[in-house]
Amino acid sequence: MVKSLVLAGLLAFAPASALNSQALAQDNSAVAAAADNAAAPAESAGNAAAPAAETAKVAAPARMKPTEGIGMPRPGEITLQEQFSPTGHTARWLHDVLLLPLITIISVFVLLLMLYVMVRFRRSANPVPSKTSHNALIEVLWTVVPVIILLVIAVPSIGLLADQYKPAPKDAVTVKVTGYQWYWGYEYPDNGIPEFVSNMLPKEKAEANGEPYLLASDTRLVLPAGRPIKLIITGADVIHAFAVPSLWVKMDAVPGRLNEKTFTIEKPGVYYGQCSELCGARHAFMPIAIEALPPAQFDQWVLSQGGKLQGAAPAASAAAAPAAPAAAPAEKL
Amino acid sequence: MTTITADHHGDHAHDHHDADHKPAFFQRWFMSTNHKDIGTLYLIFAILAGVIGGAISGLMRAELAQPGIQYLHTWAQMTDGPSATLDQAYHLWNVLITAHGLIMVFFMVMPAIIGGFGNWFVPIMIGAPDMAFPRMNNISFWLLIPAFALLLGSTFVPGGTGNGAGTGWTVYAPLSTSGSAGPAVDMAILSLHIAGASSILGAVNFITTILNMRAPGMTLHKMPLFVWSVLVTAFLLLLALPVLAAAITMLLTDRNFGTTFYDAAGGGDPELYQHLFWFFGHPEVYIMILPGFGIISQIVSTFSRKPVFGYLGMAYAMVAIGVVGFVVWAHHMFTTGMSVNVKMYFTAATMVIAVPTGIKIFSWIATIWGGSISYKTPMVWALGFIFLFTVGGVTGVVLANGGVDDVLHDTYYVVAHFHYVLSLGAVFGLFAGFYYWFPKMSGRMYSEFLGHLHFWVFFVGVNLLFFPMHFLGLSGMPRRYPDYPEAFAYWNSVASHGYEIMAVGVLIFFVNVFWSLAFGKKAEGNPWGEGATTLEWTLPSPPPFHQFETLPVID
Repeated sequence: MVKSLVLAGLLAFAPASALNSQALAQDNSAVAAAADNAAAPAESAGNAAAPAAETAKVAAPARMKPTEGIGMPRPGEITLQEQFSPTGHTARWLHDVLLLPLITIISVFVLLLMLYVMVRFRRSANPVPSKTSHNALIEVLWTVVPVIILLVIAVPSIGLLADQYKPAPKDAVTVKVTGYQWYWGYEYPDNGIPEFVSNMLPKEKAEANGEPYLLASDTRLVLPAGRPIKLIITGADVIHAFAVPSLWVKMDAVPGRLNEKTFTIEKPGVYYGQCSELCGARHAFMPIAIEALPPAQFDQWVLSQGGKLQGAAPAASAAAAPAAPAAAPAEKL
Repeated sequence: MTTITADHHGDHAHDHHDADHKPAFFQRWFMSTNHKDIGTLYLIFAILAGVIGGAISGLMRAELAQPGIQYLHTWAQMTDGPSATLDQAYHLWNVLITAHGLIMVFFMVMPAIIGGFGNWFVPIMIGAPDMAFPRMNNISFWLLIPAFALLLGSTFVPGGTGNGAGTGWTVYAPLSTSGSAGPAVDMAILSLHIAGASSILGAVNFITTILNMRAPGMTLHKMPLFVWSVLVTAFLLLLALPVLAAAITMLLTDRNFGTTFYDAAGGGDPELYQHLFWFFGHPEVYIMILPGFGIISQIVSTFSRKPVFGYLGMAYAMVAIGVVGFVVWAHHMFTTGMSVNVKMYFTAATMVIAVPTGIKIFSWIATIWGGSISYKTPMVWALGFIFLFTVGGVTGVVLANGGVDDVLHDTYYVVAHFHYVLSLGAVFGLFAGFYYWFPKMSGRMYSEFLGHLHFWVFFVGVNLLFFPMHFLGLSGMPRRYPDYPEAFAYWNSVASHGYEIMAVGVLIFFVNVFWSLAFGKKAEGNPWGEGATTLEWTLPSPPPFHQFETLPVID
């Protein structure tokens, strides 16, 4: 079993060395960009939705303000965050309507049973114990009933899984997401927008912006609302995890692997998330911020970054991405 | 299970002198080959390790009591020198979570429940004079000392950003390989190797003892359920630990000898490590809880004065949990990018475990049904165990759904789940067992008042500590974070208060132990009355240094 796993690993990653050296190259330039970023006070960082390329002819849309309690946890919240994707609704339904009531009923049922036997069969009430130690019927019952309950759960649960793995349509907006120690890099290969990095905003800056500290980032992952989105997620150094609770998205960013995640954002807005796989010292300090724009504004943003709209030049787009100097826009912060 | 009678009690009164000849102090405790003494050593070790691991969680709850970095930087200046940076402080956080996890799993729960209670009571319960390999038993225990020393020592040497191994107890590559320079992670890995070797030797010993040294008439289907639970656990250890050893050996060679098992740049795969780790890691959680199941079965039967309901079903439910436990590992990896079919399989397989677990819960309640319950301290702990384990179990059913895991994976919901089954499951089982067998082991009765007080304070504390973590997880708070957004402040502060209450409970436990050892009433051979039918209650309390020199006959 071990051997076959090793073998599978070898087979699956024969071209991995090429991929990895590319990732390393990106890493270096991204680190340089991050250093620049830190050195310059970068007053625009907190205000632009994403870094504006110097040569852009189209102005980027103004940085969107988050709505309190939307796309972020609410103070003292005891349930799942409000969902803004179709799979999010299905999954939340599965949890809120099926799983949560079911586990509550089971727990309360066991509690009541226990309270009953504890009172009814206390020594003063029942001094002579019965000698019963078998009852075939009841033993079959408490084996079969849980099986039925589990089947009831399994059917929608397997359905949800199938939903989550529906392949993205050809025209999906594709973004390559790379996890670094300790920031995210976003690249739009189909739009010809090279990678830019996203760092956490320091406390004063986040507060000045009216954004929650530890969730707010300087640049955001800009996506269109209402269009299918395909994220290709990988890690550059160690494993990170790209997670946005209000969109029901969580996918590990593993070095040497390209993980795919497909979803649609229903409404424009800002949706926050945090790295969800232990990745070293600043694991808690590499937030994810998605800015979902109405499609027209998203196109405007793409153009403002010097990118091409999808379908405009399909042949060139694939080649354009890796050739572009990585993280160049970030330097213009 | 048939009632066991043994009529050799009188024999022991006669040859008490021979059976009670004890070696001198150094020889007795440092070169011990006596299963009861080794069990005692294991228990003392586990309690010390538990205090350290519990104190670490106290540091963590203090830091998490409110948003922002409160104490971490000051602590980092103590461990990493006065010029410690904020990054070193964050690294210290990762060292704390790693140490807490490893200590509680490998140096508290396992030594206490298998090494401690297993050593003490498995031979007695099957009517054997000692373990099959007494000297190997000795080395099993003493291997734990260097293992623990290596783990504690690793905190003081460089491990990447700061001192200590900050990889989490899962030691995922590549954070544990290219991501952690310095000897700390090597020391932690060697610590796991040695602790693993100790457990494998222990497992071999238990399997041999149980299969070969049962007293005449003690068939497998007459064995007490605690012995069954240790037998299943020993097989899990024997099959799972070598896989861990292989996985972390490859970590070592990746770190030090240029291999690339887990490095995609050299044709390896980081996911391979996770598969190997969880192939060990999932059985490991059953290793921690199964002996607890066994203890609870003994206690519930004793204090209800009824034989265990559905004995065979109970025994084979544990076997089923053990077997199925080996084929569900990847539910720990739902977000690693597995294919949809793999995710569907692991979702379905994981849910299957709820069936034998449900059989156990309902059989315990059916054992109590019709019984005549006396609410002695062990029984109260056992009842607490049954309910809290149910709560932890049902959240496991939620987490089993691969699709739902896309939000809950690696959040505090998971932390709440596994603390409900382990901190409130295994630990309640440990306390229940400790009170149940304390009179037998020490020869003195504990204080019922302090025992009950300990239960209620601890019960309130741990629920206040861990229940709010469900809320934090549902609203999206990730694990292993030293700081969090304001929105998570409320439930974190509640949890930290819960820790304070729980800590008071632990204090009461220690008062009870020391008070009872010094002033406790002398315990009879069987302090629990007619419900206690297993062989240990046929011996005096404490048992003679060597018991069953004439084997008991079970009818």
